[in-house]
Amino acid sequence: MNWHRVGAGEFVYWIAALLVFFLLPQYLAFATSVLVSALFVMSLDLILGFAGIISLGHALYFGFGAYATGLATFSGWTEPISGTLLGGFSAAALAAITGPLVLRLTGLPLIMVTLALGVIAFEGANKLTWLTGGDDGLFGLQIAPLFGVFPWTMFAKTSYLYVLAWTFLMFLLARRVVASPFGVAIQGIRDNSLRMRLIGTPVLGKLVQVYTIGGFIAGIAGALSAQTTKFVGLSVLSLDTSVSALVMLVLGGVGQLYGGLIGAPVYMLVHHIASQWNPYHWMFIIGGLLVAVVIFARGGILGMADAFGRWIAQRRGAAG
Amino acid sequence: MEVLSSLTFIILYGVSYGMVLFAISIGLVVTMGLMRVLNMAHGVFAAFGGYVTLTLIHQYSLSFGVALVVAIVVVTLLSLPIERLFFARLYMAPELDQVLLTVGLAFLGVAILNLLFGSDPIPAALPKMLAGDIDLGIRKFQVYRVVVIVLGAALMCALWLIFERTSFGAQLRAAVDNRGMAEAVGINVNRLFTVAFALGCGLAAFGGAMGFVILPLEPMYPFKYLTIILIVVALTGFGNIKSSAWIAILVGIIDTAGRFLVPSVGAFLIYFVLIGMMMWRTHDLPATR
Repeated sequence: MNWHRVGAGEFVYWIAALLVFFLLPQYLAFATSVLVSALFVMSLDLILGFAGIISLGHALYFGFGAYATGLATFSGWTEPISGTLLGGFSAAALAAITGPLVLRLTGLPLIMVTLALGVIAFEGANKLTWLTGGDDGLFGLQIAPLFGVFPWTMFAKTSYLYVLAWTFLMFLLARRVVASPFGVAIQGIRDNSLRMRLIGTPVLGKLVQVYTIGGFIAGIAGALSAQTTKFVGLSVLSLDTSVSALVMLVLGGVGQLYGGLIGAPVYMLVHHIASQWNPYHWMFIIGGLLVAVVIFARGGILGMADAFGRWIAQRRGAAG
Repeated sequence: MEVLSSLTFIILYGVSYGMVLFAISIGLVVTMGLMRVLNMAHGVFAAFGGYVTLTLIHQYSLSFGVALVVAIVVVTLLSLPIERLFFARLYMAPELDQVLLTVGLAFLGVAILNLLFGSDPIPAALPKMLAGDIDLGIRKFQVYRVVVIVLGAALMCALWLIFERTSFGAQLRAAVDNRGMAEAVGINVNRLFTVAFALGCGLAAFGGAMGFVILPLEPMYPFKYLTIILIVVALTGFGNIKSSAWIAILVGIIDTAGRFLVPSVGAFLIYFVLIGMMMWRTHDLPATR
């Protein structure tokens, strides 16, 4: 993907996201939750797809942002925009602290330590009932109207546009990051970290930086989830959240920034439809999808679309 | 006396738990060491072994020992085509692909377990022979726990003999230590891996069947106990077959002690140990930057 040029498909995507607001007003609450997931998956793509950091505990930053914003809102900080930023910066701070410890590892140790940090955070939040509400969570968050004008109604109109705006902003940030020399450096580390070190790149430093940015975006997504659902529960920190994000990313396509933006809607639509079945049957679907993507379609949906596009171009070339 | 009694309780329960973990995780240690494949679906084989054993006992009223052997054979045979179909393509694949494919297989495994054996957890009803108590002088213990320890110790001896005293074991150790060199001296590493994989799955089935009281059977088994099994593997390091038994027992004791002595934080004490160990001994792990 050429990061210095905006493709036509990109315009189509964001215009379609905006059209959802006008065309599907009855599904806006669901669409909002899809966007929140898409944003969270994008933050995972930044660290996994571009920097090669395989994490099974990325929900840590999503959940930390959600709880930070939730608790601030509870204690009277009801202004939405600064509330969202607070979630982002709290998660970024946490990522900046944990990054130097975690990112020295690779392979199974890295996967295990990210997993362990996630489990500890989940169990910790479960035990600190006085702070987090434990199993009950923080519910009934009251947020002041956006800009003092737009109230947060049941129909999620404000929520949808607010989350869409944040997702777009964060997308621009991520796009800027991966197109920069810094972004090229982290992709170099992903491909061959030894070589990058030999040419003088401070590998750990760069990884901590991208991990912090990923933490920031995940925190923003967590904060948005708290604000739009007016609820923070333990599930924001669960292993399930981390693993679903990974599945959505792979389904959409890793390392393209749009993987989450495509994968999240597809995954959540299928999940939504399948939710009336036995949950074990849903596992047949996601297990089968994962196996099929790895074996047959390494690039996910985006990869398949790419291949299809090339095939069409070839056919046209042959005909003309 | 009270202290001594608690201490022996922790050790007996911890060691029997550790033996089950050892039987399940040793296959994974060998696979990781030999082929650098992260197998997140390993627990499926353990669960399947456990389910087959219990089904044979309850529905065909076989004895525990016979059912156990049948289950191990069934799982070992089943693992062969699965290895050829899915794992053979993972040997040179990037880590992310390995994680994704095996997580996918684990999901499929859970769905299949549910389809075959139902979604309810299996009540851990012990055969009469194992349910009684045995007096070891200090206090009474369930016969079952003692049997698990004896079986585990027998397994350790058998594996030690295989690894140290047979040609297969020598080839395996050579391939784990230096794959290229092993291939160069004419060892067929791919075939070795197929055999080792099947053996590992059979051992997982043994662990799952023997430990059905300690790790109760339910369709979500492969995910529920994935972390504790991976903790053993991660602490053991790549292909360090000899130390894996002691690590598994240590993990069993620490986890039991944590839950028994400080119930409020005990359930995740083991995770702190894991993080501490990973940070502390990064220098001798091959997987660090």
